[in-house]
Amino acid sequence: VVEHLERLALVDFGGPEAVARLERAVAVADRLRAVDTDGVQPLESVLEDRCLYLRSDNVVEGNCAEELLRNSHRVVEEYFVAPPGNISLPKLDEQEPFSPS
Amino acid sequence: MAAPVLRWCCPARRWILANIDRGPRHGRGAPTGSRSSGKRGQSSVAQQPLVTAQKPRKGEHQWAAVVGLEIHAQISSNSKLFSGSQVHFAAPPNSLVSFFDASLPGTLPVLNRRCVEAAVMTGLALNCHINKKSLFDRKHYFYADLPAGYQITQQRLPIAVKGSLAYSICVGKKRNQVINKTVRIKQIQLEQDSGKSLHDDLRSQTLIDLNRAGVGLLEVVLEPDMSCGEEAATAVRELQLILQALGTSQANMAEGQLRVDANISVHRPGEPLGVRTEVKNLNSARFLAKAIDYEIQRQIEELENGGEILNETRSFDYKLGCTVPMRDKEGKQDYRFIPEPNLPPLLLYDSASLPAGADPQQVINIDQLREQLPELPSVTREKLVQQYGMLPEHSLTLLNEVGLLEFFQNVMKETRAEPKKVTSWVLNTFLGFLKQQNLAVSESPVTPSALAELLNLLDQKAISSAAAKKVFEELWRSGGKTPAQIVSEKRLELMQDQEALEQLCQATMEEHPQVVMDLKKGNPRAINKLIGLVRKATLNRADPTVIKEMLEKQLSS
Repeated sequence: VVEHLERLALVDFGGPEAVARLERAVAVADRLRAVDTDGVQPLESVLEDRCLYLRSDNVVEGNCAEELLRNSHRVVEEYFVAPPGNISLPKLDEQEPFSPS
Repeated sequence: MAAPVLRWCCPARRWILANIDRGPRHGRGAPTGSRSSGKRGQSSVAQQPLVTAQKPRKGEHQWAAVVGLEIHAQISSNSKLFSGSQVHFAAPPNSLVSFFDASLPGTLPVLNRRCVEAAVMTGLALNCHINKKSLFDRKHYFYADLPAGYQITQQRLPIAVKGSLAYSICVGKKRNQVINKTVRIKQIQLEQDSGKSLHDDLRSQTLIDLNRAGVGLLEVVLEPDMSCGEEAATAVRELQLILQALGTSQANMAEGQLRVDANISVHRPGEPLGVRTEVKNLNSARFLAKAIDYEIQRQIEELENGGEILNETRSFDYKLGCTVPMRDKEGKQDYRFIPEPNLPPLLLYDSASLPAGADPQQVINIDQLREQLPELPSVTREKLVQQYGMLPEHSLTLLNEVGLLEFFQNVMKETRAEPKKVTSWVLNTFLGFLKQQNLAVSESPVTPSALAELLNLLDQKAISSAAAKKVFEELWRSGGKTPAQIVSEKRLELMQDQEALEQLCQATMEEHPQVVMDLKKGNPRAINKLIGLVRKATLNRADPTVIKEMLEKQLSS
């Protein structure tokens, strides 16, 4: 782990100053444990208690193909062009919509 | 115990190594794959119920197959799950795409109320527990048809969990034995659909259409309680009927509104579950069972020959009729799930917990939705059995065939004939003709009114059973004429004149004294000969039973 961290942080843990600095950093982080979190659900976002707005099922957007296609580097007949996607073996010559989800 | 036998074998069928006729054989798998049971993020391996360990008889290979399904159903709504662009099947490319769908910076998801209602209704119909609090997450992977680089889904806490789907399969030589089965539902979650990619191999590029990107999907995860292709296909069909009855999805596989992925593994009864493969791209009702059965056989063959099953993802090639590995699915995908930071938890209420003075547009009441649930297919079938006294397997066929139930009900409205007669005519004669010419109910040349009229004639005893069949054939062929017209044209009416019939009987007996003597001597077949002679004399316009009665009366007098 230490070697991994060294590579990532570009910090050399060889010298005593580096180790000391690391120890101080860990001590600061340790202060988190002073907070009693028994029975408290972890928070994911500070907006958790906000109300989730429900939109009515009406069509209000879309029909802007021209605008959107302007963003694309390459376009073929109103389709965005992307580099070849991953296709399954053996090569299928049909236009099968592929979704790996 | 009979139950375990049925549990792991398709009704009375044991999986035995079979020689299947298929295309190019795949190379015997080099044993490089891991033998782990491959737990994926979302679905986990279900508990295998205790199966009594049966020693395989010498020389016979017994295998049990385990099939789980992940079904994606497009929600039937006007607009998409998180944006206000339209949901529509065929439209000019990229015309139904909003800025959010194209994942332009600065756009945010806004949840569609209708999609939430659809999810809750589906959960209720499938006996699920509805989570009053559910959460949205991001599932990251790179693909050109996923512009944001992640899909918003519900991985940690989906909207509905732990339900069940009941379905029935018909077994036996005549397929008239109905076995009821259940498959557990692990969860139902809301998620986004991706766009469509068209592969242009010639120019080495992919064309992307984002019309479908962001459309709401219901992912229904079925536990691996099924054991063969037929069970899986039947369960999917039942789910389709339920979704269509609820109106939450049109579930049309041809239009891509219902997509199925299968998780398949095999093992010897009594031993732990085998390595599972995932078969994707099962988008046709016709090939669903075939693909699953093929994969089961492939795995059995592989193991029988000493190979190993790789925990991989495969695709079904319709042309070759076999499953093939998907190149890019080698190795585990790390989806880097994180909570969707732009959406707070989804809270649902019931009548008890509904906050006072809340804006009705902003809250969803589970109890209210439960009350508004339409009639489910199983209830419709039960009603048919109760109301018309038909057999369960008949009600299954009536609902399974698109448009058949409506046809049947329209005939019933206009005819005085007995329900059993109508059922028999619709399911045997009518359906038989349809199947023979591969037609859908909507393409039938015979209308419900025409059949109703025909059955009325039969009921009034204006024509005989045999004549009715002839009229039906003619109705099918000509289409324009009414049954009454055909009957008079072909002179198929039954003789109504009793006296004339009596005279004919007398005359026939006088002309054939030998036969009469035979009869008096006690030859049982003589009466049939007489009946035949009289029938010929009437040009087949008399009912044999009536003739028999008349002859017997005259003979005894």
